Amino acid sequence: MIGSPDVVAFTKEDDFGDSFSDPCSLPEEFSVPLFAHTASANPWTKTSYAKFPKDFILISEFSEQVGPQPLLTIPNDPKVCGTFDLNYFSLRIMSVDYQASFVGHPPGSNYPKLNFVEDSKVVLGDSKEGAFAYVHHLTLYDLEARGFVRPFCMAYISADERKIMHQFQEMSAEFSKASEFLKSGNRRAFANELEKKLKDLEYTRSVLHKETELQKMNNGCYSTQAIEKANELANVEKSIYEHKDLLRQITSYPSRKKKDVDFVHREAEKPTDMSVMDDTLNLNHSDTGDKAVETESDSRKSTYTPQLIKAKSAKCFDKRLKTMEELCDTSFFHQTLEQLNIIEKSFRGDLCFIYTSQIDRALLSKQRVTSFLFEAERDQECEGTSKSFNISSNNPTVPILNLSGEPMSLESYTTCIDVDHIKPSVESMEGPPESSTSDITQETSEAADTETKGSFSSDKSIEAFGSVSPSSLHVNFFDGLERRSKVSIASPSENASRSIAIPPRTSDGNLVPMDAACCIGQDGFIFDEPLPELAQECCGDTVVNQEPQSLLQGDPALQVDYILEDSESPNMGLTFSDLNATVLSEEVAKINIEDVSDSTSFMSASTSSDRAVSPFTYGSALTLKQKKKAGHSALRFIRQYPFAQQAIFCLLSGRTLVILGVDEGTVRKLVNALFIFVPNLGKYGETVQPWLSSPFQLTDLQRWKLIGLQRAVSPAGSSILHSLNRYSRYISILDCDNKTLRCPPYKGTLISHLADHRTQIKRGSTYFLHVQGMLSQLTAKAFLYTFCHHIHLPMDVNDQGSVRSRRTNFLLQLGYTVEESKIVQYLSELIKQHYIQGAPKGVNPSFCFNYTTSYLYKI
Amino acid sequence: MLRWILGGREAQGTVEKSAALFIGEEQPKNCFTEMQVLKGHFDIVRFLVQIDDLRFASAGDDSQVLIWNVETGECLFALRGHTQQITAMTSYTFVRGRNAHTALITASSDRTLSLWDPDSGHRVQNISDLQSSVKCLLVLDRLDVWLSGGNELCVWNREFELQCKTVHHSDAGISAMVELPKNFIAAAMDKEIVIFKLNLSGSDIAVMAMRHLADHQDTIHSLININGDLFASGSHIGELIVWDSVDWTIQAYEHILWEEPAGDSQSEVKLTHQKQIERSIQHMSSDGEYIVAAVGSGLYVYNVLMKSVVAYRKIAHDSNVLHTMLQEDGRLMSCSEDGSVRMWELQDLPLPAEPASSGFFGMFGTFGRSSKQTGPPAKKIPEVPSLRSLELIGDLIGHSGAVQMFLSFKEKGLVTCSTDHLLIVWKDGELQSQLRSLAVFRKLEENQEL
Repeated sequence: MIGSPDVVAFTKEDDFGDSFSDPCSLPEEFSVPLFAHTASANPWTKTSYAKFPKDFILISEFSEQVGPQPLLTIPNDPKVCGTFDLNYFSLRIMSVDYQASFVGHPPGSNYPKLNFVEDSKVVLGDSKEGAFAYVHHLTLYDLEARGFVRPFCMAYISADERKIMHQFQEMSAEFSKASEFLKSGNRRAFANELEKKLKDLEYTRSVLHKETELQKMNNGCYSTQAIEKANELANVEKSIYEHKDLLRQITSYPSRKKKDVDFVHREAEKPTDMSVMDDTLNLNHSDTGDKAVETESDSRKSTYTPQLIKAKSAKCFDKRLKTMEELCDTSFFHQTLEQLNIIEKSFRGDLCFIYTSQIDRALLSKQRVTSFLFEAERDQECEGTSKSFNISSNNPTVPILNLSGEPMSLESYTTCIDVDHIKPSVESMEGPPESSTSDITQETSEAADTETKGSFSSDKSIEAFGSVSPSSLHVNFFDGLERRSKVSIASPSENASRSIAIPPRTSDGNLVPMDAACCIGQDGFIFDEPLPELAQECCGDTVVNQEPQSLLQGDPALQVDYILEDSESPNMGLTFSDLNATVLSEEVAKINIEDVSDSTSFMSASTSSDRAVSPFTYGSALTLKQKKKAGHSALRFIRQYPFAQQAIFCLLSGRTLVILGVDEGTVRKLVNALFIFVPNLGKYGETVQPWLSSPFQLTDLQRWKLIGLQRAVSPAGSSILHSLNRYSRYISILDCDNKTLRCPPYKGTLISHLADHRTQIKRGSTYFLHVQGMLSQLTAKAFLYTFCHHIHLPMDVNDQGSVRSRRTNFLLQLGYTVEESKIVQYLSELIKQHYIQGAPKGVNPSFCFNYTTSYLYKI
Repeated sequence: MLRWILGGREAQGTVEKSAALFIGEEQPKNCFTEMQVLKGHFDIVRFLVQIDDLRFASAGDDSQVLIWNVETGECLFALRGHTQQITAMTSYTFVRGRNAHTALITASSDRTLSLWDPDSGHRVQNISDLQSSVKCLLVLDRLDVWLSGGNELCVWNREFELQCKTVHHSDAGISAMVELPKNFIAAAMDKEIVIFKLNLSGSDIAVMAMRHLADHQDTIHSLININGDLFASGSHIGELIVWDSVDWTIQAYEHILWEEPAGDSQSEVKLTHQKQIERSIQHMSSDGEYIVAAVGSGLYVYNVLMKSVVAYRKIAHDSNVLHTMLQEDGRLMSCSEDGSVRMWELQDLPLPAEPASSGFFGMFGTFGRSSKQTGPPAKKIPEVPSLRSLELIGDLIGHSGAVQMFLSFKEKGLVTCSTDHLLIVWKDGELQSQLRSLAVFRKLEENQEL
């Protein structure tokens, strides 16, 4: 099957002229940005001049001792950055951290004040290095650091500028989560550190006090020693006061920030740590903390013995600074790393794929009526990120394209061209001081923007496309983007989640049509005229008129999930060849080793146990990866068994297929091969029982649509056979020892397209996509059948008979044979049951079947 | 059929045994293409009682009564209170105010009788000091009283007050009762049918035995009303007697002998075979004109008006038939200890009279040969031109134990209960699909998604 990313790469822009408009073409909001065609350009060689093979995440620190330094990369592998100079790049990214300029004692205050500053998010480009980065600055508190702050930054470094620009929102949201982990942990650690320090100080004070008294007694009040001691004591007093104030500040960290949207999501997953943490800070000191926390801190208190310290600790540059792990609580640090790994995974690969999968998710979320049938549940690992991608999971209303605005003026387009190579001016670097989210206004950001434009200098290799504080982010960032490309990503919503086109306000206050579906950059990503019809379509998001359209248009790209899992492929190029396998030629696909093994292993009917690859482990969700692997098994199955079509027919028409065999491995392998055809598989594959060694009950036939059954010579075995015999009318039996299948006959072409044993498809994942495409078409038909009003509603009271004939005729008109009609009817029943969901709890669902004769098929 | 799987010799045997009755998987006349398994009982389910168009009650050896919604399969209430198995259950409809109200009366081995309100699930009345456990219940709507039959016959009013009772009977007790005209009751007690008369004088009710009809040679298992004029009884050895309801005289006597008399060349083989054949009349049902009797594992259709056998199947099931039903469309249903429900259709034989016999016996396949020389009752067969055949048109397989009983809700489905603790509602799949479609469009309308 050809996914749209494959197509785009080989399509010139002018192939899609206005002269030709395909009525079946995709709505433009779902179109994938075209590759900018230039003569003799290989679309996949773009990244070649970068000094690193693939994207990575870099964490750097602006150390007060040695200056900017890289701390770690994710993935944590020296190969990941290649010859790329991390030190150099750290310097670059840290040099734009405006927050460093106002740390320490703000003027007018005579004791330290903590700034609960928001993180800053900027996009940087280094054209010499071929590196572009999303840079997320944050500060952590350290009692021993200058001004108590340690500036850090996390950067997502990619060779693809468009990826950074296009995915800015998502990255921002994800990195904010990571940053929130760090900062939460840091607040806790900082509070602990302060407490210790206070204890030390108090102890010191008491010692000093005693000494002073002693001095007074011995030498009189005005002896130099006594005055010295008194001064020292005063210093300690002052220090205690300052530290107490710091503690008060850190513990009174605004609680509203804890209720951050992104944060809550994470909190649900990790209920203990996160909630405990901030509570610790608040409650510890108000004596109403929960038990666990209290005891924890109590024990810490008791174990700590105060030390005598010097009141004024000199800033010494030879002392060891705390590591990041020490700065934050260890568990929080690891959570952060975990989150960063998730980010790295989710932004892996080409923009096209990320983008396509986003579209895919967006479309899937609209298909809630039917998507349960064959669509994979989102992978666990993607779930975190998909939250922010998902267009309508947060706001169920369909994105509405705003048509009121005039198309972007040409003027604004022209201004943009040079703006992207600008030197970050001092003003923009500084950013708004004391930035608490609210006090940033559009004016300031606008000012910053114009200033940025003014200070243009192209010979500098470092470019800041916009320096923004979170509050001004949307305005500022998108303002710049609009100028660049006439389009922008927009979502001024609080949780930074993406919604396709809520028109953001530009600096002059006009509404501008926006579409997140467009990419950023001049190179062919221009999307200046949203179609009116499209908008209307989107507005009327009724199930009935929306669903079938998107499905029936039948673009395979909509149906498949292109989440790139290139962990197996050594580099990007190969990944692309994988996906292009069907387009280019099968030879390309052979590069992949896995594939070669695919095509050889199906020749031999191996009986070796591959239990290890069985996706059915209890309590774990089926992943797309497993399904793709199953595609490989399925491909082997249809080549090996001539009656594969009949078997697949049984599964699709809801007749339970029992795979009977002596060897567990063989049975499981067949179950593996066939489970992708089971409608309504369930997130955990609930409708499949891969290995059963006890007789099944009638109710099991309702529950399980694919059963692997042990053939055993034992009393249990004979009762198994008895149940097989008894319920033979409800099941089909695939005997993998004798290689026979007993099932009703199938006539038709649908499944022969689905499972052609002479298929040219060689890769399992390709075949899986093919199957998914076919099944989606089938689902679309089932949807149409289910929701076509006139065929189901009786014309009058005594009209039951005609309903039946109308139904049959409808299916015949769709071109289905009697057997295929059964498939559609079964899917339709599932859709109906799923839609109604009327069955009260604890009630077994109904179980439909047919009285048809079965035949025995042999190899 | 599944010999290729089973492989063994014994499997072959079973396949051949039921070969003559094996209908195959192609059952175009069988409309039950959807089933719903209802779980809730944890012992044998023996009784099903319809409450109204939507609800029914099930009861059995686990001493609880469950009330179900037949459409959704939802268990509405679990009525718990009895401590031992339920021995009889009936619905009791009375008019309270303007509305007819249906309650349930249950009897249990723990010698209690209970009245339940199926709307609230409460036990409204309970009587626990019975001398014997009740085996059958009969509601006399006309008199607004109800009767319980055990070792003695008791008459109760709506308030569960004992009105009168008979003296202690034999240990066998009353196993079945039917209402006869003029406040008479026929009760089956072992081999006898006892006619009781209810004397109403004012508010007092007295009961007295009027007559003992001792024409059966063996225990009476089944006693039914045919119509206002006739009732029938069936005994353990296959005697079917049709009685006049008013003067209690025998209107017809059939002794169903499946076996043929010995003397054949294959007598020895047959003798061993005969012993296996059960001819006890387990259950009878009637639509006023026909009686269907479950005789052993066979079915016997008798025309009361013609006083002749209409059709029969000596081996209708692999095991004893437990319950039968005559449907309005002339179809029959039977369920058996073999775990299946079978549907039958009375079909006219292709040709009447003499030539028919060959066709008839041919149709009967393996056991046609044994029917060729039938005994005295079967002797009539060639003489009766109206003899029809009982053709299997479908079977319902789902239970893994004996199907005790079934209850038809017409187009809403058929409920079966079984030894395997399950109830199954069998439904017309096509109809259900249409109903679901309607529900979908209704919901679309509610959600304003249309």
